[in-house]
Amino acid sequence: MILATMASDPVVYGTFYDPAVAVTALPWLLFTILKMVIVFTVLMVGVAMLTLAERKISAWIQDRIGPNRTGYGGLLQPAADGLKNIMKEETYPDAAYTPLFILAPMLSFIPSLITFAVIPFAAPLSTRWGIVEMSVANVPIGFLYILAISSLGVYGIVLAGWSSNNKYSLLGGLRSSAQMISYEISMGMAAVSVLLLSGNVSLQAIVQQQQGMGWNVFPLLIGFFIFCVASFAETNRLPFDMPEAESELIAGYHTEYSAMKFSMFFIAEYSNMVTASALMVTLFFGGWDIPGTQWDNLPPWTFLKFALTLAFFVAKLLFFLFLYMWIRWTLPRFRYDQLMSLGWKVLLPLSLAYIVITGGAVLALDMLQVPRSVQWFGISPFWAALGVLNLVLAVLLFVLLDRGRIISPAYSRLSPIQIARLRAMSAGRSLAASQGD
Amino acid sequence: MATKTRTVEVALGTAGVDSDGRAVRTPMTVTENGSVTTLEPPALGAAPELAGEHMLINIGPQHPATHGVLRLVLELDGETVVRCIPHIGYLHCGFEKIGEYRQYNQVIPWTDREDYLNSIGNNVAFSIGAERLFGVEVPPRCTVLRVIAMELSRIISHLVWLGTTCIDLGAFTPFLWSFQERENVYNLLESWVGARLTTSATRVGGMAADIPEGWTDQLRHFIRTFPKTVDECDRMLTKNGIWIGRTTALGVMSANEAINYGLSGPMLRASGVAYDVRKDFPYLDYETYDFDVPVGSNGDVYDRFLVRVEELRQSTRILAQAIDRLPDGPVNSSDHRVILPPKSRAMSDMESMIHHFKQVMEGPRPPIGEVYVPVESPKGEKGYYFVSDGTAKPVRWRIRPPSYVNLSAISKMVEGHLLSDVIAINASIDIVMGEIDR
Repeated sequence: MILATMASDPVVYGTFYDPAVAVTALPWLLFTILKMVIVFTVLMVGVAMLTLAERKISAWIQDRIGPNRTGYGGLLQPAADGLKNIMKEETYPDAAYTPLFILAPMLSFIPSLITFAVIPFAAPLSTRWGIVEMSVANVPIGFLYILAISSLGVYGIVLAGWSSNNKYSLLGGLRSSAQMISYEISMGMAAVSVLLLSGNVSLQAIVQQQQGMGWNVFPLLIGFFIFCVASFAETNRLPFDMPEAESELIAGYHTEYSAMKFSMFFIAEYSNMVTASALMVTLFFGGWDIPGTQWDNLPPWTFLKFALTLAFFVAKLLFFLFLYMWIRWTLPRFRYDQLMSLGWKVLLPLSLAYIVITGGAVLALDMLQVPRSVQWFGISPFWAALGVLNLVLAVLLFVLLDRGRIISPAYSRLSPIQIARLRAMSAGRSLAASQGD
Repeated sequence: MATKTRTVEVALGTAGVDSDGRAVRTPMTVTENGSVTTLEPPALGAAPELAGEHMLINIGPQHPATHGVLRLVLELDGETVVRCIPHIGYLHCGFEKIGEYRQYNQVIPWTDREDYLNSIGNNVAFSIGAERLFGVEVPPRCTVLRVIAMELSRIISHLVWLGTTCIDLGAFTPFLWSFQERENVYNLLESWVGARLTTSATRVGGMAADIPEGWTDQLRHFIRTFPKTVDECDRMLTKNGIWIGRTTALGVMSANEAINYGLSGPMLRASGVAYDVRKDFPYLDYETYDFDVPVGSNGDVYDRFLVRVEELRQSTRILAQAIDRLPDGPVNSSDHRVILPPKSRAMSDMESMIHHFKQVMEGPRPPIGEVYVPVESPKGEKGYYFVSDGTAKPVRWRIRPPSYVNLSAISKMVEGHLLSDVIAINASIDIVMGEIDR
């Protein structure tokens, strides 16, 4: 049934262009290398500028001025910071396990960069050698690739925590591994609803589906909510910055790191933010789609179209990056067990139930032959019906899970007698140890 | 027969465990006539699961969240604290001992440095104590100025507490908002006494300086703008779900326990005991001011937060009343036993010069006796105790530091909670190590 709909609805599931006119062979190779270089450079410079943006935005929120000494309005501050980090001494703690200690920042840094590879950031561009796809690698399993690679980032943090041989680092590493694994599940589950709607895991196809039907954020409102919360946890940003929790764990897993190795964790955090924002844009906000027009989705693929869609993509991306910073400078931090119970007891059941509801709704709407394509006033009935359903669910959800019900109070988990018992056990051990020696 | 039950840890100096690894604790019933009977030991609850190897972790003395050089040795079972041992003394300066070798007025600079968030309040408290020892009365203008000083320093201290607690719980922004307001108060103090942190603003029998021209207008301006910042911080935190989740039911002290531990100040009031020295043992005519004493109900960290935020507002109320009633007149007592003669007379009049010389070189001499004067410092009941043998220097000068007494309850509050909660509870006590180590 769904497959039949897909085949019969060319506006939604048509292709952007005939694969026959795509760029091939040597030009393809050259274009790919060019895209890699450009995306890498833009991402790195962007991350550097993000650190400045973070400081400027935090200053704005906190009634301060922010960095303004280096360059015009502080524009060269990231360069100064980078230079400082390169010039500083790389310290190696005596107790650290050096190979993993060196490897950990890289393991954190690399996945955060290569996840961006599959994200389509603009409309295709027509050149004399053929049509060039505007993502570094147009992988048909784009979304699965992102799930797979982004979950590798946790190894960097865990290994950093463990190899530092420092109690604070270890606690930070442990927390982060638990946190990232828990929230990855909710994140993946929330994204499944998008896949149900688009019928494809390719990010290009998801963008295309939204161009035909309208952005997913409305018909999958709760999915977006879960995805958004989980991606905050995935990027270790406040209110989920447990692994670093500066006031508790000094600096968490990167307590022992200095200079460029520390910088790599920093860059990894920010490029994770960029990737997570790009994912939210792609899955729920139409990717590079320009809202309210079909002009950008149809050939010819001119440079103007490319530039405009790129601008729209970047604008949406920047909005989410701003959201990250806005939240960071507004909210306090969760406690570790509150965060875990939010992940496992609220978000995961919610996302599982949501898959069932979305799947059922999509199936029912298709059986009722509700058209997916745009019908009246530029609105797709399918999109609107699912959206209204989500709106109702969201109201119910937010009334049910109002504040005070999601987050449990910080009760002591142990009774005084249990504490006494635990103390006695350790005292017995140390006594036995001292007598044994 | 009325009995009181209490648990006593016996056999100190041993591991405190029996052969099964159980804690050796002998609950005793103490009867009214003092005889002791032993009860059955309490049944141990189910053993906590996964009681693996415990981890010892040092929070401090250098740690971003210990508010000074407090060191907490924590024994963690996973992330649950099963034992907390506070170590103090890293900031010991010997203020009290130094005080025994200084004239009374010379001790005042040391009071700046013990609770350095409340320095002008300490100056006032010291002077009140010393004046009671000397038997000196201060003029009404001085009294009102001292009320203003006390309340300004309460605002400073609570703002620092608010900001640092926010940082400890991960909210950075209210920290800078409250520090901006603190800066405004320091500007006021600077234009009054010339110093910001170490004010040394009072003398025995008066103030070091009268307020400058136009100062009350600046203060009025501050009173107008300051509540807006408090409201902003309030909006950011009081109804914030994460903030509530992080602070409610955390480090609970019941009214009974709070009294037994000797807590005072916001810590005690959050537990529901409406004890405020300003109301119960009034000084500086506090009984004539119209203000409320906020009291919590649960005695948790959230209540302490609410109490302190409300105290910021009440301090503003007191300040407004104090400006309105500020009388004209001298700020110093006319009692020549403690007050120097005017410089012009000291330079022209023989008796005045000798008087000036004796006052400076030998110092004023209080009568023999001892005096204890408590005041309500931002942290709780702060008392200065003086013992005088009739010489110009105190035989013993003792501070009753509220932070120190409040900190003594930290083990009780922390055990059973998680590592993150230690930070929140420690922040809620509002300690200043200068006062604890003295």
